[in-house]
Amino acid sequence: MTDPRPIDSVVLVKQVPDTHHLTGEVMTKDGTMNRNALPAIFNPEDLNALEMALQLKDRHGGTVTVITMGPPKAANILRESLWRGADRVVLLTDRKFAGADTLATSVALQKAIEKLGRYDLVLAGRQAIDGDTAQVGPQTAEKLRIPQITYVESVIEIGPTHVIAERALDSGSEIVRCTLPCLLTVVGSANTPRPASVRRQMERKLAATPNEYATLRAQWPEFETDEAVEAYLAKHDLKIPVWTAEDIGATEASIGLAGSPTQVHKINFVVLESTESKTVAPTPEGIAAMIAELVHEYIVG
Amino acid sequence: MAEQKGIWVFIEHDDDRIADVSLELVGKARELANRLDGASGGTHASGGMDASSGTHEVVGLLCGHDVEALAQEVIHHGADRVLLADHEALALYRTLPYARVAIEEARRRKPEIFLIGGTPNGRDFAPRVASALRCGLTADCTDLQVGDYYVRKEDRTYEDLLFQIRPAFGGNLVATIVNPKTRPQMATVREGVMRKPAADGKRTGVVEKINPVFEPGDFALEVLSRQVRRSTVKLKDATVIVAGGAGIDGPDEFALLRDLANLLGGEVGASRAAVDAGMIDRAHQVGQTGTTVRPRLYIAAGISGAIQHRAGMDQSSKIIAINTDPAAPMFQIAHYRIVGDAAEVLPLIIKTLRERSIAQGEAE
Repeated sequence: MTDPRPIDSVVLVKQVPDTHHLTGEVMTKDGTMNRNALPAIFNPEDLNALEMALQLKDRHGGTVTVITMGPPKAANILRESLWRGADRVVLLTDRKFAGADTLATSVALQKAIEKLGRYDLVLAGRQAIDGDTAQVGPQTAEKLRIPQITYVESVIEIGPTHVIAERALDSGSEIVRCTLPCLLTVVGSANTPRPASVRRQMERKLAATPNEYATLRAQWPEFETDEAVEAYLAKHDLKIPVWTAEDIGATEASIGLAGSPTQVHKINFVVLESTESKTVAPTPEGIAAMIAELVHEYIVG
Repeated sequence: MAEQKGIWVFIEHDDDRIADVSLELVGKARELANRLDGASGGTHASGGMDASSGTHEVVGLLCGHDVEALAQEVIHHGADRVLLADHEALALYRTLPYARVAIEEARRRKPEIFLIGGTPNGRDFAPRVASALRCGLTADCTDLQVGDYYVRKEDRTYEDLLFQIRPAFGGNLVATIVNPKTRPQMATVREGVMRKPAADGKRTGVVEKINPVFEPGDFALEVLSRQVRRSTVKLKDATVIVAGGAGIDGPDEFALLRDLANLLGGEVGASRAAVDAGMIDRAHQVGQTGTTVRPRLYIAAGISGAIQHRAGMDQSSKIIAINTDPAAPMFQIAHYRIVGDAAEVLPLIIKTLRERSIAQGEAE
């Protein structure tokens, strides 16, 4: 169904360690995690949220703006967003944001979204794989004072004043109608994210934040100064804006560690209970002996 | 007497049935209340049946329409009081009307602790409420305890805090999270993590009706239709679970798990890796973000044993681990360690069991 009204979306994304692909090498001998062995990736369900926003734009027109809060290297997922079709990206980065729990994160995102101005939809992945909390979306919606639809499987219809969406729940599904603007959190089964377009990737390969000018200059010696890089990027609309806490008007007490009501009391290594255990040979004799034992103990009937 | 400190539980229900996770949390809240009353040496020594006997009170927050009949069940499972918001607008779960009731009541009554089931709707509700109350919320706790927390910078000890314990950083670490300064201390817990207490039909408590006052904006969302699909997967009650993970190579190998589960009268489980790879439906996922299980026998085939998975199955009576990697963490909690390829070991187990049953059949 086509609707002439363009839809302006803001997509919240996060760069996360790839905890899904934990392998033997990632775990060190003392049971801790070798973080360097984990690549940083685009949080998978945030890609589904981006795809949903891009599909709405394909159908209805409008814009897609992508925001992430993170360290400077999180600019990588913003570039990826541009290559996939986002119109505009913003990096929120500031030492003052560090140590934020979900509540403090939602304050920063709220302020950034408000700074962007008018929007119809805010979209985010249902949850990030590094914490699995699914909290930042609803917390941001509450602070923006807009309604939320979580666990969105599909947008069935979007009109000038409302959206109709399907929620995927453990126990079934639900179709809801909600006024705009509102916030959606999107589940992984919602769609298949499009790959980066080669053309867009060529065009926007150099997109960079000011933190990255030095790296760019190392690769492209023809830029003799940061100013030269900046002028080139500005001319070709390739500057990735960086917003600090001050830029979005967030008070120090409301963000980062200071704005986080939850505190980590302690971290324990998991001491695996040493169970009385037997090594069983993967042979017919080994298996038969194990099963005989389980039968004897009435574990297997 | 001094005002009682509330330990609240959000009571979820569907089709006139209270969700198991809510009753499990009522049981946990009862335990925490008894602990806290003991720990703070309250003047009211005994925990007893009387709602006014302790300094901590277990409160169920029950929102819905025509749900008064459910209130007693909450009390029978350990609550002292049920706050009953019975209103047409609450007939089906919706974020804003439900959150409105919780936020207003929490502002007025100032509970100490607020526990919510980690269901999709619980995970929709809890952050909305926590954000409005500007308080801390910890997701998917695998344990809840009480204890003291010393902050060196302030040289101050915060007593009797809720210790919210959950696996962290995707690794072999468990974090204890506290909310020293904000109230309520909020946490979500998945179904099956806490044990559901037995109902005590003689237990009495107070059912207090509250009249919610809504604002027009609370009705921004309307539920047009709902389809309830009763899951046919009964992982939680299965006595035997045969589970597969990333080490299971494709659907054919996964079918072996099903064969073995059928042979043992059990269910098929899976690690998140297997679910994410599309080998099996999410309803089969065992672990912190899936189902917590305690079967008599758990066979983990090709599951390395990340803590998130172990948290959901380490209470199993007997664990058989099959893995090609001898260093897989699953081996450390297994009773039987089989270093080998599941594609070869599973058929061996199936064959051995079949031969046994044939031999038994002949003997009889």
